[in-house]
Amino acid sequence: MAKIKNVGIIGAGKVGIVLAQLALAAGYHVRISGSGSVQKIALTIETLVPGAVPATNQGVVSKSDLIILAIPLSRYKNIKPKLLKDKLVIDAMNYWWETDGIREEVLDPDSTSSEQVQKYFNKSTIVKTFNHMGYHNLQEEARPAGAENRKALFVTGDNKAAVDEVADFVNTMGFDTVVHDDLADGIMTEPGSSLFGASLTKAELQNVIDHFDETEFGQKIKAGKAN
Amino acid sequence: MVNVDKLQFGLETFGDIVSAENGDLLTAGQSIRQIVKEGQLADKLGVDVIGVGEHHRPDYSVSSPEVVLGAIASVTQNIKLATEVTVLSSDDPVRVYERFATLEGLSAGRAQVMLGRGSFTESFPLFGYDLTDYDDLFNEKLEMYSQLIKEKPVTWQGKFTQTLKDQDVYPKTDYDGIETYIGIGGSPESIIRTAKYGYKVILAIIGGQADRFVPYLDLYKKAASQFGKPIQPVAVHSHGFIADDEDEAVEVAWKNIKANFDRIGLTRGWAPMSREQFDGETKVGSFYVGNPEHVAQRMARTIKLLDLGRFDLVYGAGNQTAAQRERMIELYATKVIPRVKEILSEEG
Repeated sequence: MAKIKNVGIIGAGKVGIVLAQLALAAGYHVRISGSGSVQKIALTIETLVPGAVPATNQGVVSKSDLIILAIPLSRYKNIKPKLLKDKLVIDAMNYWWETDGIREEVLDPDSTSSEQVQKYFNKSTIVKTFNHMGYHNLQEEARPAGAENRKALFVTGDNKAAVDEVADFVNTMGFDTVVHDDLADGIMTEPGSSLFGASLTKAELQNVIDHFDETEFGQKIKAGKAN
Repeated sequence: MVNVDKLQFGLETFGDIVSAENGDLLTAGQSIRQIVKEGQLADKLGVDVIGVGEHHRPDYSVSSPEVVLGAIASVTQNIKLATEVTVLSSDDPVRVYERFATLEGLSAGRAQVMLGRGSFTESFPLFGYDLTDYDDLFNEKLEMYSQLIKEKPVTWQGKFTQTLKDQDVYPKTDYDGIETYIGIGGSPESIIRTAKYGYKVILAIIGGQADRFVPYLDLYKKAASQFGKPIQPVAVHSHGFIADDEDEAVEVAWKNIKANFDRIGLTRGWAPMSREQFDGETKVGSFYVGNPEHVAQRMARTIKLLDLGRFDLVYGAGNQTAAQRERMIELYATKVIPRVKEILSEEG
């Protein structure tokens, strides 16, 4: 794939804005869309992320090499699958009952949120990351490669080449990575996991991921899967 | 920049259950009476505002903050009485008006309402609301509230609210109407909405560095200008704990704030607080913890950085003893506030 130069962010809430700030600082061209009109987010973007371009979803997608979904999970179906066709897409979303409501109304019981996002955007390549660190930690913990106590993000997806490309991108955004090549493993970092809301170094993150089945949340997930 | 003479200092509590000296938890009733005592103490020592939160959880004693504020009103003279916050989304704007107009009367003009969407979600099922209507509920009820506080007959039709036809609300207030703040956790949309109504902003900075809010202040000012509304002084609320001894303050805060946050994290899905996270928050983040000098230095920095008109320290998190809570109030009023003013005056 061509080198990533243009980053498109769908979602101009807390996470979307922080990711736009990081991407700008990393030297990318950034386009960002909100749930309403372009005009509705224009002042916010001009003030909080000067340099990023507020756009429609269409405008964000058509000009970007990489798309980040940073909206509440309960709203991903408001975006037409066709819009993201053939795109590399980062799923920064989680099922979070506080904003999404009852799980059964948002997701099928049998698979993880990112698997369902992939199934819905079936002509796109989904990689999950940026979903487990708090948004202000993302903003404050971004460091150049090799910096002391640099924090790490979990990056996972079914397409290994895409995962590697996203891992490189995450590195440029200021974080080490721990990489898996199974989108279903995204559940390891969702709310309820000891990784959700935590800021860990690569070694610490790797350690929790490697022993995930031994964690309380891991046991719960395993039991759920066995049913 | 900062007008030191006009600077307001508040104390807020969420009504955490108080602990006895032997570690046993007091009852909710005992904890509520303790807040009334603390409100009285804060008033006597010249603190500008006492704020009480609204929660519907076992770890907090206050679900009806105006009742507690009413009790404080009757034993105090000057202190302003605020909610932190009133969860408007799951409340009835008519009732909110009535309760605050009553408190305004009881306290001779000292009531402040802080409206918010609430960072907790327990109130939604409790009052029969659907959490997925979170934004729409708040938007609609805020609009209805803004009409009610004009204290003139209202005609209203909404989706989630009752229809009113030229109906008036009582009691009327004697002063300039009810002082209204909007509690904001960091959503830019909320900042713009507050500017549009011309209400005051109180930023809830409960994690991370205050520095990231600098552009939000800019956003507020720009939005207020666009809407042709006055730029009001901005307030911040953050957690804190003060003790005479620095190390004691840090250890008491670590134990209690961690317990408080972890208990919340359990139901909200986030990981327990690490010592590294806590230390980051007390050094450069949003926990104002330490001896009076340390806390004063950090508060002064934030006030200057964000050009604030008011700083509210949230006290009592976790299960602190009455003695710890009261000593913190004394230190805040007699040492920290004068020292913050001194630092800001020296820096000019």
